Amino acid sequence: MKYTEDDLKKELESKEYEYGFYTDIESDTLPKGLNENIVLAISKKKNEPKWMTEWRLEAFNIWKEMKEPDWANVSYEKPDFQAISYYSAPKPKKELESLDEVDPELLKTFEKLGISIDEQKRLSNVAMDIVVDSVSVATTFKKTLAEKGIIFCPISEAIQEHPELVKKYIGSIVPKTDNFYAALNSAVFTDGSFCYIPKGVRCPMELSTYFRINEGGTGQFERTLLIADEGSYVSYLEGCTAPSRDENQLHAAVVELIALDDAEIKYSTVQNWYPGDNKGKGGVYNFVTKRGICHNNSKISWTQVETGSAVTWKYPSCILKGDNSVGEFYSIAVTNNYQQADTGTKMIHLGKNTKSTIISKGISAGKSQNSYRGLVQINSRAENARNFSQCDSLLMGNECGAHTFPYIETKNKTAQIEHEATTSKIGEDQLFYCNQRGIDTEKAIALIVNGFSKEVLNKLPMEFAVEAQKLLEISLEGSVG
Amino acid sequence: MKLKDKLLASFMAFENKGDIDLDSNVHKIRTEAIETFEKLGFPTKKDEEWKYTSLKTILKNDYSVFPKIGKTVELKYVKEYFLHEIDSYKIVFVDGAYNSFLSDTTHEEADVCLLSAALKKPKYKMIIDHYFDNITSKKDGFSSLNTAFSVEGAFINIPKNTILEKPIQILYFSTGSEKEILLQPRNLVIVGENSHVQIYERHQSLDNNAILTNCVLEIFAHKRAIIDYYKVQNDKENASIIDNTYVQQRQNSIVSINTFTFGGKLTRNNIEVFHEGEHITSNLNGITIIEGKQHVDNHTVINHKYENCESNELYKGIYDDSATGVFNGKVIVDQKAQKTNAFQQNDNILVGDKASINAKPQLEIFADDVKCSHGCTIGQLDEKALFYLQSRGIPKKEAKALMLFAFGNDVVEKIKIPALKSRVTKLISEKLNVELGFEI
Repeated sequence: MKYTEDDLKKELESKEYEYGFYTDIESDTLPKGLNENIVLAISKKKNEPKWMTEWRLEAFNIWKEMKEPDWANVSYEKPDFQAISYYSAPKPKKELESLDEVDPELLKTFEKLGISIDEQKRLSNVAMDIVVDSVSVATTFKKTLAEKGIIFCPISEAIQEHPELVKKYIGSIVPKTDNFYAALNSAVFTDGSFCYIPKGVRCPMELSTYFRINEGGTGQFERTLLIADEGSYVSYLEGCTAPSRDENQLHAAVVELIALDDAEIKYSTVQNWYPGDNKGKGGVYNFVTKRGICHNNSKISWTQVETGSAVTWKYPSCILKGDNSVGEFYSIAVTNNYQQADTGTKMIHLGKNTKSTIISKGISAGKSQNSYRGLVQINSRAENARNFSQCDSLLMGNECGAHTFPYIETKNKTAQIEHEATTSKIGEDQLFYCNQRGIDTEKAIALIVNGFSKEVLNKLPMEFAVEAQKLLEISLEGSVG
Repeated sequence: MKLKDKLLASFMAFENKGDIDLDSNVHKIRTEAIETFEKLGFPTKKDEEWKYTSLKTILKNDYSVFPKIGKTVELKYVKEYFLHEIDSYKIVFVDGAYNSFLSDTTHEEADVCLLSAALKKPKYKMIIDHYFDNITSKKDGFSSLNTAFSVEGAFINIPKNTILEKPIQILYFSTGSEKEILLQPRNLVIVGENSHVQIYERHQSLDNNAILTNCVLEIFAHKRAIIDYYKVQNDKENASIIDNTYVQQRQNSIVSINTFTFGGKLTRNNIEVFHEGEHITSNLNGITIIEGKQHVDNHTVINHKYENCESNELYKGIYDDSATGVFNGKVIVDQKAQKTNAFQQNDNILVGDKASINAKPQLEIFADDVKCSHGCTIGQLDEKALFYLQSRGIPKKEAKALMLFAFGNDVVEKIKIPALKSRVTKLISEKLNVELGFEI
């Protein structure tokens, strides 16, 4: 039987967003709207100490005074902050001792997502923390980690059990006043992961958090705090999905990384929030503040694969405060249909002999807009700072756009900075070559895109690289006609 | 009184001077422009386009808005600023007023004359109505301000099929007869089909009084026209310039704008290019070599709107002491502009300990079949190369200068007027404080 274009078309239509299911889990949701009482209610639900409640209220007061920023190269309907429910937790919410106690419906969800916790546990040696809607539901491998002195738990738990660490570091990198969404997050964040690697410990496995927005009309505001003490190493992964919905859901997270002297943090993200349908309806607004600080001789490496979200607005940054510290940013951002992404990084060089590398690959298809916005700042005392940036964009079809906004600010003459950017499309000769060797156009494009993104994909941990590769294929399917 | 209020207040007096008909189009344009200026005012650092350039220090001066006219200068004092070794047309202004003694204009093969004449004379009405203030930005305070007070400047109108053998020199001198002065020259250049022209422009103050020049230049290049435009900026330490250049190109035309900045307190160059046809080439080149507390800001925008066009940008900067530099290059490729080739390169060397550079090479691309790239580097001289030269007996200072000269040479090589090329070479060697010992 001949495989016709019609078949392909049908296949593509049905293949839109694999993770677009909604799981019917009974959940405990706070009424919509945002005011002081909601902030207090969230804090109370979490059974938080007084300092935390005050911290939230302070953030809420700051947020009230702030205006939503509009400088990014994206246009969208501003979310109505009073129409969002700020807390939604899957019920029954009780202390979960082991996976067996997890709601079977929830487990099915994970199976559908292809991340059966059990399987992951055995096969890939990945410790996971899973956050559905607003609450962390399962953390695996806790015991193994505890033996090494590693703390890996939901942040709500950390606030109870390790208040001294949380108090010391929370908001130290991304202050409440940082920006509109960071302030909002500080006021209403409901959960997230907390991780502490003690001095000199090399974390034996990948730590992973999985986020999912399930309930309609909710927003997800998680907060991640990761501290790598002197001489330690950790590799951390996060993944995100959401069901297909007509409405726009808001995701405003804050991630703070602290790499103390000689520490190394590798932070990888595969972001696959629901991007909206092919008419641009629905989808997640992804407004995230991610920032890390490097002390002496330490290293932070951000790797991200961005395929989802209707609007992405995210700049994982490194403050290279310590001497000889290293910041890296590897990113693939794919936009299709009506998606918009404005993403990039900030590398702030403060210490001597600091180095940063930026590799950003943007792929735009359909009617989407993809922007790279980055800042490389060399301060006057940052002797011998070195930066290399490369941003490449690939355009598919003539209705999409690719933009680059690199800011380069240098105040020290010993700095060495290179920046280059290119924009191109997939060459017809490249396609022809593949076709000629019996590879159909759709596959050929996947192949070429893979090659284009290789430099970044290579930076991902193995299991994620495979998933990311698949994701790339799925998000670009049907984009070339 | 603040400068803005002063300017707004003097507009009425300016319009009633009667240099043009009050029911003419120009009057309407000026009136609209002053309204726009009133609304926009001067840009501040909060404007994204002025993020790195603060105007505070230059706008606080109490500039005289209508310069006193009458002072003249003798050729021997200003000869060095001309390209005197070659035969050329010259349009010379002293304190904003035309100086016929130093000038050499023509109406024979082309109109190389004054804007004031063109605004007044009925025979130019059609041209003025068609071109004047056609492509300037209506969202820029400085351009609007210039339009509102536009009365004098160079008017160059080259008819079809004319190759102008002699280059045109446009020079603006300020004598410093007043302590603080604001000059607003307005130039209009129209080049017809198949024609070719080379233009050299320079603003020069003759003493150290504060001067702010807010200049607007409109260039219209018709089909297959070739325009080479050279701006040399090497002014005194209290002179600042806001230079706004707007270029409109029709198909197959080639326009090159070369900017050489060696001095001045604050220099801001805005260049915006609009394409109105296919197979257009736009070349923007620049060298900046500054020191002390000087500030140079190069802003370029290229609007690719049609297929098969090309743009090349090459900007080099050398910053000593605590000089600050800004480069902001924007390339916009419209959805229709398939097969565009856009290339942009910005290289900088920081020599001074407190020198700084802010660069923002920006691409906005809406078409898929394009080749666009930009590159930006910031670095130092290669120690190994320096050592090599020293080991061959070249003193460190000369070795450094040699390398810096080589760094900027790509741009110097693009100069097509030999006399200007050796002039620029000389300026660079003066600037680097060495005898290069070779002629180019």
